[in-house]
Amino acid sequence: MTTRARVSPPAALARRGRLEVEGLAKTYRGKRRTFEAVRDLTFTVEAGELACVVGPSGAGKTTLLRCIAGLLPPSAGAVRLGGEPVLAPPPGMAVVFQEYARSLFPWLTVAQNVELPLRQKKLPKAARHGLVERSLAAVGLADVPGAHPWQLSGGMQQRVAIARALAYEPDVLLMDEPFAAVDAQTRAELEDLTRSLWHELRMTVLFVTHDIDEAVYLGEQVLVLSASPTVVLDSVAVDLPARREQLATRALPRFAELRAEVFTLIQRAKTYHTAPPAGEARA
Amino acid sequence: MRMLAAGAVRLAYLLGLPAALIALWGAVTAGDRYLYYPPLDEIAAAFGETWFSARLADDVLPSLGRLAAGYSGAVLAGVALGVLLGSRPRLRALSEPALEFCRALPPPVLIPVLMLVAGIGDTMKITVIVTGAVWPVLLNTVQGVRSVDEILADTARCYGLTGAARLRRLVLPAASPAIVTGMRQALSIALILMVIGEMFASSSGLGFAIVQFQRGFAIPEMWSGIFLLGLVGFGLSLLFGLFESRVLGWYRGLRNARRGE
Ligand SMILES: Nc1ncnc2c1ncn2[C@@H]1O[C@H](COP(=O)(O)OP(=O)(O)OP(=O)(O)O)[C@@H](O)[C@H]1O
Ligand SMILES: [Mg+2]
Repeated sequence: MTTRARVSPPAALARRGRLEVEGLAKTYRGKRRTFEAVRDLTFTVEAGELACVVGPSGAGKTTLLRCIAGLLPPSAGAVRLGGEPVLAPPPGMAVVFQEYARSLFPWLTVAQNVELPLRQKKLPKAARHGLVERSLAAVGLADVPGAHPWQLSGGMQQRVAIARALAYEPDVLLMDEPFAAVDAQTRAELEDLTRSLWHELRMTVLFVTHDIDEAVYLGEQVLVLSASPTVVLDSVAVDLPARREQLATRALPRFAELRAEVFTLIQRAKTYHTAPPAGEARA
Repeated sequence: MRMLAAGAVRLAYLLGLPAALIALWGAVTAGDRYLYYPPLDEIAAAFGETWFSARLADDVLPSLGRLAAGYSGAVLAGVALGVLLGSRPRLRALSEPALEFCRALPPPVLIPVLMLVAGIGDTMKITVIVTGAVWPVLLNTVQGVRSVDEILADTARCYGLTGAARLRRLVLPAASPAIVTGMRQALSIALILMVIGEMFASSSGLGFAIVQFQRGFAIPEMWSGIFLLGLVGFGLSLLFGLFESRVLGWYRGLRNARRGE
């Protein structure tokens, strides 16, 4: 078995999939209150890398993701995908939202949901059907193409959303706490599914979660965010073996170390703006 | 066998009350004591004579034609305007007071005005139907378009659904439950306005015929016209039910699934 020691992705993908976030800030301006959600975020996710973002609840993870997706204009800073500034949802980017039930078209069947973005891409019919079939099979839903999303369980619905994102063949896949609402067993399965699909397809993945274990288990890099107004506290490189298994990997001493490291960072994140740790001069 | 019995029960429910009412009418009017409430057999006889004759082409078909034209005009205009206003908050705010005022006007009041402008022909009658029936469609469409789920809209944007594709594959289907609700209300309004328009100034149509019978003291014929109108309304409502279950099958399933949780 070959290990996946930094196999460099094809050159074209390397250019297209690189995600750069520079000085990103977002202040929500309402009628009655303005709220500084994100203060200053700078990081890079290399093409073909799987990076996880963790942060306390309300840290602005969704805000960050929506800015990256081009759904929300940042107040300052820039997002670049493959060197191009992101001003609107770029082609070649797929998003899996946390609210899977609300992100599937209830009037379409499972197969039609997966196919719709491909129609938009103007793919010929045969190519569309091939992709739909393959991606549904990849997430283990080959037998329900004719069902409507609301006839499926939560875990299955989320898998439909993942299949739709995969069929789109994106350069970058953004996932916002995609497994927060499914049971532990399904969650483990979906984690492994994400990992193996990423392994196979080699796209850039940015995976947002509030679960430390999940971040360490899935990521090659874990970005830890502070509480709002958000800054990047630290980035932890995950040097676990490329092949991960729920039991074996989680039992590794290294896993426990990384977990502890991220945990400590998160603890700091929660009080980052109120009680700066000693030795760090802050104005 | 069980299914047959269940079918019989449903049929009994469907026809039970109408049968009882007809029987009541028959019992009360049996002795021909009331001039204005003729016995059923007379009405039935008049029904056959009156409507399975030249009147079918002279009155019933023109009425239905105006209804169809006015109703489709109202639905098209209501959906088009509703989509426009639903997706532009500025425009909506600007037009809201005027729309509220227009909606508050009882549509028949426009008939005298429209007679001046459009004469007494079909144009006037169809316009009356459109101006009255457009409101429920318009208001429901606005509300349906506004309530498109945010996450769904974001999803559509991410996958490149913009412009016409967005309208066709996101906005209209998402608003369809509201639009269909408006269309159902509009249907009964359109039927009422069809009759009223024809009662005012007309030389054909169901409303015209009923008024004509009344003036000529052809009481059984008048009643037969009223029954025919009831039947038309009932038939249209059945047809609409079929249409609704076709278009909104997914919506019923979704609602049941949510309720089951
Ligand atoms: N549209 C908005 N207008 C004003 N404030 C907002 C808006 N959206 C989010 N916020 C605020 O910005 C902050 C960050 O929200 P965000 O949803 O990005 O956090 P999150 O990290 O995704 O949280 P969670 O882990 O709970 O999903 C929150 O305090 C929230 O109240
Ligand atoms: Mg969030």
